[in-house]
Amino acid sequence: MGVLHSVTLDRERCIGCTDCIKRCPTEAIRVRNSKAEIMDERCIDCGMCIRVCKSHAKKASTDPLDKINKYRYKVAIPAPTLYTQFKKIRDPNIVLTGLKKLGFDEVFEVARAAEIITEYSKEFLESGKMIKPVISSACPAIVKLIEMRFPTLIPNVLPVISPKEAIARYARKYLIKQGIPPEDIGIFFISPCAAKVTNSRYPQTIKSSDVDGIISMKEIYLKLVPIIKNLKEEDIEILQTASSDGVGWAATGGEGLASKIYNHIAVDGIENVINILERVENGKLDVDFVECLACTNGCLGGPLTVENSFVATNRMFKVKKYINLKGKTRTIDLFDDSVKLDWEYNLQNKQVLKLDNDMTVALQKMGEIEKIFDTLPKIDCGSCGAPTCRALAEDIVRGNANIEDCIFMLREKVRNMAKDMVSLSEKMPPSIRHLEK
Amino acid sequence: MIFKYDVEGGEFINAGVASSEFKKVLKQLGISPEIIRKVSISMYEAEINMVIHANGGHIEGEITPESIHVLLKDEGPGIKDVDLAMTIGYSTASKTAREMGFGAGMGLPNIKRNSDNLKVSSILGEGTEVEITFQLN
Repeated sequence: MGVLHSVTLDRERCIGCTDCIKRCPTEAIRVRNSKAEIMDERCIDCGMCIRVCKSHAKKASTDPLDKINKYRYKVAIPAPTLYTQFKKIRDPNIVLTGLKKLGFDEVFEVARAAEIITEYSKEFLESGKMIKPVISSACPAIVKLIEMRFPTLIPNVLPVISPKEAIARYARKYLIKQGIPPEDIGIFFISPCAAKVTNSRYPQTIKSSDVDGIISMKEIYLKLVPIIKNLKEEDIEILQTASSDGVGWAATGGEGLASKIYNHIAVDGIENVINILERVENGKLDVDFVECLACTNGCLGGPLTVENSFVATNRMFKVKKYINLKGKTRTIDLFDDSVKLDWEYNLQNKQVLKLDNDMTVALQKMGEIEKIFDTLPKIDCGSCGAPTCRALAEDIVRGNANIEDCIFMLREKVRNMAKDMVSLSEKMPPSIRHLEK
Repeated sequence: MIFKYDVEGGEFINAGVASSEFKKVLKQLGISPEIIRKVSISMYEAEINMVIHANGGHIEGEITPESIHVLLKDEGPGIKDVDLAMTIGYSTASKTAREMGFGAGMGLPNIKRNSDNLKVSSILGEGTEVEITFQLN
């Protein structure tokens, strides 16, 4: 299996503080030997640690832009978030033209596939085949969260591929039909987050991804700014194919809004999502569709974006308004019935949190955890490298930590030892006891 | 193994903390999702009942390799007619609780449907004990 996430650590930069361990929603990080370590099987790629790290030691392992040169026909598939990153730009065609000037031969919008996925998902929902509420599978971090922490909700997750994957498939088919040799085509996703990187590199619900590389939105942004600045009015090509509905997917509520499913709920921010999923698990959420996004303000708040997500949300309004009033789109026939939009594999209950395969042993371990936890100070200081006292107790029982890792416990042991030493030093052998008065 | 939780009364917004904690334990023990779903629904309903009607109480969740047994004890007003309380749609919830969306009279019937055994014993003026059992095999 190996590493199935895309958040990596720059060991040189990590100072071993407790910022990331305390904020990780799945308690997947520990500080060991003064460096943060990610527990591979627990990381859901939400990017929280990338965001909170003051030392910028956490990174998403995207591909360098040079990778596009490995292919003769380079295709960019930008996430709609990209359109909101530039101060005065309202017309997506400017950004898309910029991408072509940067070296791509063709651009297809993920937003266009979002519209197709919207329709397809709607059919799925209306078919009555699924347990309600149906949970969107658009945010890969949330899909991983459900797999790990909410296995009871696996049957509720919409088994439909992401817009990014769909556009990559449509693009490849289309270009081959246009006569481009298949081996020449390289499709590159411009990503706002790490979770989508993982989702392309190690796809779980499909055999293989049609995306050949993932480039960070931050990197593309820096290269696009000077290009766009020098772009003349007559240079702007009409490349846009998506409507404002598809573009809107990048913001929280965009998917629900596009689908026009009246009884839906849109939640963003991982803590809020966990609360809502708890409610669904308790059978207490009477809605048809749940859109959950790990980042505040949805993909607009992705850890690889440049602009503040609230500002980006405001820009999204303006971009959508522009598209609706003045937008110019090109017509190309991207659709192909042979492109399948269903998952090929189901999600699995991986039971990452399980203490032991044998329940009797698991219960025993649970008892030990409780016992150890009782002795700990319960102030969750993080000095031991675990996010909470309970997490330390668990780590000890799982054999990954020692009770002395807790500085309070260590101090107590030292104090007891000191007491013993004092009392021992007062003891005298019987032969010389008379010397002491 | 027994897990104990205190439930505060009147805390509608934060209600469900005990159920949530217990759920985490079940996931660590590798209990099947089907059972966890049933326990979640039942225990949450019962916990909410305590918050709405009895100003809180205590919960004990016992897990053995054979079963999960949840005991909820409160010192609330008690239930006048337990059989009536088990009827779908019957509720004595306060106006405030109803305004918050609780009190549809689905609580106990819902627990019954999602558990293997439900026992409610109550003494007026003294309190109520709700025992919910789930078989694991």
